[in-house]
Amino acid sequence: MDETPLLQLRDITKSFGSVQALSDVDFDVRRGEVMALVGDNGAGKSTLVKCVAGTHTPDSGRILFEGDEVHIHGPKDAAKLGIEVVYQDLALCDNLDVVQNMYLGREEHDLFQRLKEPIMEQRTAETLKSLAVTTINSIRQPVATLSGGQRQSVAVAKAVQWNSKLVILDEPTAALGVAQTEQVLALVRRLGEQGLAVVIISHNLHDVFETANRITVLRLGRTVGVFEREKTTQQEVVQAITAGVPTKVSGIPQTAGATP
Amino acid sequence: MSAGGAEVVGQDQVAPVEEEPRGVAGLWRHGIDNLKSGNLGVLPIALGIVFIVVFFSFKATNFFTANNFDNVIIQMAGTAMLAYGVVFVLLLGEIDLSISYVAGIGAITVAELQLPGSGHVVNGLLAMVLAVAVCGLIGLVQGSIVAFVGVPSFVVTLAGFMIWQGVILQVLEQRGSIIIQDRWINYTASYFFSDVAGWIIAAVITGIYLVTVVGGLAGKRRAGVAIPKPGLVVAKLVGVAIAAFGIVAVCNHAQVPHGLPLAGVLVVIALVLLTFLAKRTTFGRHVYAVGGNAEAARRAGINVSRIRIIVFIISGATAAVGGIILAANVNSVDLNFGGGTLLLNSIAAAVIGGVSLFGGRGEVRAAFLGALVIATVSNGLNTAGYATGVIYVVTGVILLLAVTLDTIARRLQVRSGR
Repeated sequence: MDETPLLQLRDITKSFGSVQALSDVDFDVRRGEVMALVGDNGAGKSTLVKCVAGTHTPDSGRILFEGDEVHIHGPKDAAKLGIEVVYQDLALCDNLDVVQNMYLGREEHDLFQRLKEPIMEQRTAETLKSLAVTTINSIRQPVATLSGGQRQSVAVAKAVQWNSKLVILDEPTAALGVAQTEQVLALVRRLGEQGLAVVIISHNLHDVFETANRITVLRLGRTVGVFEREKTTQQEVVQAITAGVPTKVSGIPQTAGATP
Repeated sequence: MSAGGAEVVGQDQVAPVEEEPRGVAGLWRHGIDNLKSGNLGVLPIALGIVFIVVFFSFKATNFFTANNFDNVIIQMAGTAMLAYGVVFVLLLGEIDLSISYVAGIGAITVAELQLPGSGHVVNGLLAMVLAVAVCGLIGLVQGSIVAFVGVPSFVVTLAGFMIWQGVILQVLEQRGSIIIQDRWINYTASYFFSDVAGWIIAAVITGIYLVTVVGGLAGKRRAGVAIPKPGLVVAKLVGVAIAAFGIVAVCNHAQVPHGLPLAGVLVVIALVLLTFLAKRTTFGRHVYAVGGNAEAARRAGINVSRIRIIVFIISGATAAVGGIILAANVNSVDLNFGGGTLLLNSIAAAVIGGVSLFGGRGEVRAAFLGALVIATVSNGLNTAGYATGVIYVVTGVILLLAVTLDTIARRLQVRSGR
């Protein structure tokens, strides 16, 4: 595996008017790892993700992707790099079926703009199979008829289908039942195992400890610390979220396990 | 189809195909499954049409005749054309209230361009193309205001409703009406194919459908995805053949007018082309996407404004074609053109056919079936000697019934989903 993290954020600062949303935030994600981004409301999680997704442009700081500095000015730039974001609202069209949603805006077509349905259907089936999404009866049924967990799975599959390297999931288990949450968490772990870099934003520490390899805690727009899941406890992370434990030294995020 | 097939994997990775019972039992279960999930398809409206036809056949002696069949086709043609445009607009979750008077503008355009001695007479065919272009341009302007400025389509097209009505009144104020003498224009409502030509058209339509179906199946087999139940495919093929040849047989049997009307053929051609546009092209897919979730469509990189504008252009263009047919049917355009029930019948046709007012749900064929229902009811009540008031009441009741049924079906669908 590559030594340099896939995505490196350095000293990202962003303010909206007088509100300092992010100040000097550092953030790393490696290939094949699930990085959780946690923090209380208003900690800056969404703003940070939007800076990566191209919805916001940071005021200062650098974004390095695969070791090179990049400038992301819009969702298209992000997609070109291989960064996909699954937002909480999933951005699915309920009236369209699974295949149609998976290819939304990137339909396979011929010279006359005719859709190549069979190819899209076959590749959708492959993608879902590779992610072990097996609960969907027919990929030709409208997304409206799917359960919450299935919809989330489709949204995730849609994001990873395009050779993406980094997938960011915003609260993927919010509003899901227990069984469906397990379904989605298993899917998230599988993405990491397949070599993708995954960022999962969540309020739910149970979910975070179920999936993440590392945990970055934000508090009031600053990085509190980066914790290795295997060397930390929920209490420690909760404390970092609520009280803040300054373990950050001169721009390099330290793992809390090393400096208790 | 095989251009992008380089990545297609071997036969061992065939998509999971559900095991389904074959034959009649399979078809029956397919239907029951659809019913349960709230997908009623054409079943209710087909039953409705059968009921209406049977009812009036007993009610009026000269209803169930070949002559009257030709009449119904011509009566539905104009409304169906306008309703096609309505389907696209409704699929976006928008509305176009201007279509009836835009149809009037289309009719006036052809009438003016064939007016002898006016100094700007052009060939009738060219006149019709120009009329469609003019109305497409109207759609472009109205659609741009909706898409770029963000004025609700209801308001923009309500303004259009008044403006184009005003233009029609202004243009025809002195003359009252313009007589249409150009034979090409009048042919759109009054040309009837010879018996042989009718049979050839029926054969061509069946043939095109056969080729499309076989081509589709071949493509699916190549990609190794689920193939629809053979019984269903054969049933549809037989259905199309029976419909095509049956319609021609009846039309050829008619005395006055005799033969397959061109208006009916135009309506079917538009049905096929617009269905293709809606269901088989990227543009159509994007229309459904914008209607289903505009924000999701935008995030997926779809140019939502472009889709909106094109749909309003389509709405204007189909209105023009409908207007030409309606004008040709009476060989003239007068001050009242586009008034009366034309607008509401066109919207009602699409809605009766099952198009949702909230966007994203519906088929082009809904316009065809809905217009057929409205024309049949109105024709039947006329034939049976009822007054216009009764026709309006009955049409209203049918509209309400259709939408109520659809709403209940939709609720069942949501329940079966979650």
